[in-house]
Formats: sequence, C-alpha cells, structure tokens
Amino acid sequence: MQPSSKPSPDSAVLLIPNDREDIERAEEMLLEGMGRHGYPDAARFAVRLALEESLVNAFRHGHKGLPADTPVKVEFAVMEDRVDLAVEDQGAGFKPEDVPDPTLDENIERPTGRGLLLMRAYMARVEYVGRGNRVEMTYKRPEKPADAV
Amino acid sequence: MPAGASRLRVRQEKDITQVEFVDRNILDEANIQQIGEEITGLIDTASNPRLLINFANVDHLSSAALGTLITINNKMKARKGQLRLANIDPQIYEVFKITKLDKLFSIHQSTEAALASFT
Repeated sequence: MQPSSKPSPDSAVLLIPNDREDIERAEEMLLEGMGRHGYPDAARFAVRLALEESLVNAFRHGHKGLPADTPVKVEFAVMEDRVDLAVEDQGAGFKPEDVPDPTLDENIERPTGRGLLLMRAYMARVEYVGRGNRVEMTYKRPEKPADAV
Repeated sequence: MPAGASRLRVRQEKDITQVEFVDRNILDEANIQQIGEEITGLIDTASNPRLLINFANVDHLSSAALGTLITINNKMKARKGQLRLANIDPQIYEVFKITKLDKLFSIHQSTEAALASFT
C-alpha cells in the first residue's frame, strides 16, 4: 500500500477465511470508513464490488488446491482523496494478461472472466504485484466540479 | 434465512414464469449456485420456456451472478425459450453495460414492458 499523506484510523490489515460472515464484516469496516469520510453511495458500490471480485478470485482461483481454511490478507486505508485496497492470497499467482477479454463476441456467452474487467472499470488503479498473488487497487474520489461550492 | 430455503419468489402467470430474488445482495457463491439450480429447475422441464427475472429487490451482484445469468441464458436458447430481465437498479445496469451484457440480454425498465415484449 502507498503511504498515506493524511493518516487516519480508517485502515486495517485483516486475515479473512472463506466465510461469508467474515467477508461481510470486513466489507462493513471498509464501507463504514468510507462513510465517515463522506464517500457517496456510488463510491461505496464501486469499492465493495472490487473487494468482492478480488476475494472471489483469491479464494476460487488463488487458493485452488489449498486447505479450505487458508486465509486471504486484506489491507485497506481510507483517506480523504482515495481508498487503497490490497488483497493477497497464498496461491501460486496468475498473469492477468492470460485472462481473455470477456467483452469480445467469441467470449460474451462464457460465464466466467468478468471480475477483473469490473475491478479495472471501477478502480483508478489495479495492479498485480509479486508473483501475481497480490492485487493492489486504488479508488480515487472524483474531483468536484470547479464551480462547486 | 434457514439453510435450504428458496432464494427465489416464483410466480406463474399464464405461460410466463416470473422470478424475484429474496436477497438484496447476490454475492455469496453458495447462494448464487443455489439460484442457478433453482432457475434451471424451473426451465428444465419446459419446452419454449418464457422467463422474466425481476431485479427490483437487488442492490448488489457479482460477476459470479452474471455468470449464472449467462448459463441460464444459454440454457434458454438451447430450449428455444425467451428470457427477459427487468427493474435493474441503475448502478447494477452499469455493471451490465461495462461487461457488454446489456447487448446479450433483453433488459426492460419495468415488469409491464418486459411482459409485453414476449412473443
């Protein structure tokens, strides 16, 4: 995660098992932090979607073949101008360029491969680092129009 | 919700099956799998099934849910059926647009418009 120029208490490092209640608890922490910083509903929709998709990728693909209780590390930091989010699994990693474009005519009826597309659409930055088992994302607060009061 | 309870509310009107989701968030993989199985059960025995999926209660969905909808769409095509989606929240409609699935599915603003579109 990038160091914050404006540190705030709205940050956490969590180890999450593949359990719906734990996932929702982490989401609530993140979304409540965004709420305290005045992020609108659309921003929280975007960040929640990115977290959901990255967790699905981590548990379904990253942890394939690993014990079911292997946790995923989630880090987030909510700041005034942006939200940093990282999801790291313990798998072998993957190459995002290997994921076929799901919007092409030949792939549009395939039921998989849209998570990464959605993460990239909603987040300002999506970057796989290390061996490809850690994704770092940034949501940037949209700038107010120049004539806004 | 107790385990094993239906994730859907189903209404049969004439020869059109209308489906609504019980959950506001269609994110949990186990629930999504169950939704897929329940809808498949509704269309598997019909020839030329006519199915309307109503998203009026839905606030969030994931790409896994989109995948299940695509699988249902493929099954409907194989059975020469008609699938309509209706009442999709603007934020979720944006997800359909980003993935270009707004071109794959027949999406309508209201239940009435969706019902009127069946041939």
